[in-house]
Order: sequence, then C-alpha cells, then structure tokens
Amino acid sequence: MTHYVILEGVIAFLLMAGGAFVLIGSLGMAHLRDFYMRLHGPTKATTLGIGCMLMASMLYFWVVDGRPDAQEVLITLFLFITAPVSAHLMAKTGLHLQLRHVDKTQGRPFELRKEEIGEKPVLHPDRGHG
Amino acid sequence: MLDFALTFSLATVVLALLLNVYRLAKGPDMPDRLLALDTMYVNAIALIVLMGLWLNTKTYFESALLIAMLGFISTVAVCKYLLRGDIIE
Repeated sequence: MTHYVILEGVIAFLLMAGGAFVLIGSLGMAHLRDFYMRLHGPTKATTLGIGCMLMASMLYFWVVDGRPDAQEVLITLFLFITAPVSAHLMAKTGLHLQLRHVDKTQGRPFELRKEEIGEKPVLHPDRGHG
Repeated sequence: MLDFALTFSLATVVLALLLNVYRLAKGPDMPDRLLALDTMYVNAIALIVLMGLWLNTKTYFESALLIAMLGFISTVAVCKYLLRGDIIE
C-alpha cells in the first residue's frame, strides 16, 4: 500500500518537473535576444523536460500494467540522440546566414571552414563552379 | 496528487506551445522559425504523452514516435536547404 503512495509521488514529481522544464525552455526561446541565445532553451531545458515526462509515463504504465514497456524508452533515446544533432545543424545555419547578434554573443568555432560561416561562397562542384 | 500534476503539466505544455507560436509568427529570421517549429514538435510529443496518461491508454505512443522521427528529418532537411540551397545533392 505505502509503496504505491511513494510511486505516485515520484510520478507526480516527474510530471511537474517535466512541465516546468518544458515551459522554461519555450520561455527562453520566446524571450532571449538573439538566435544563438535562443538556441539554448529548447535544446537543453525542453529535452530534459520531455525526458522527465516520458519517464513519468513509463513508470505509470509500469505500475498500472505490472510490466515494463520499451516504447517510452525508445522515444526518449531517439529524442536525446537527435536533439543535439538538429541543434548543431541549426547553429551552423545561423552562422552561415550571418544572423544579427548582440555584442555579448561573440567568438566563432575554430573547426568550421570559411564557407561554413558565410565568409566565402559555398562551392557547388556538381553545378560546374568550384 | 496525480490529477493535479497532470493538470499542471498540461497547462505548462499548452503555455509553451503558445510561446512557440509567438516565436514562429514573430521570429525575425528563418532559423528562428525553424527553431520554433523544432521546439513545437517536441512539445507536441509531450502533449501526446500527457494525453495518453489522461486517457489511460498506450495507443498514441506510436504517433509520438512518428512525430519524433518526421520532425527530426524535416528539421535536418530545412537546415540542409538553408545551408546548401539544395536538399539532396
């Protein structure tokens, strides 16, 4: 009896933490001042929030059905793998398009080539130039 | 306890979706809108998971998995288009 109460508390805590983190992520995206700052919110806070929610859902259905199910873990794994990849691609897109940024946002990644940060035109060998 | 937690997280996710719509409409540049859409599909997955908890059914998790995959692929495709002017070279 008592461990059901504890499990309910854990599930409720994970749900509320997930909701709070998702809201914080979207708030950061809506409120911060330039694109590179805005990238922080969704990529970290929202990913953590949805991980919390999926864990809560997995625990709930584990308790209700009596057996674990891999579906939520699959969604969590997939999101945790793809979120950094899409964030990296979006940051590269922002650098390539040379977006406006506030003065405090500075520095550039040393590993990118000149055409990737918009200082040189991108080469298209398949179209005959470059 | 669980009812309150579920209602609270549903309210926060809906609020987050509204903030995403704001950034999607306002976003000064293309990558901002792309970021808003990317966050929006993650929030849609959260909404589907919460709906599954609310209705006490597991039927909708496949759709959550589908949204996760298609959202990632579409984000990568739009990024590739903005970076190279082409999706498949």
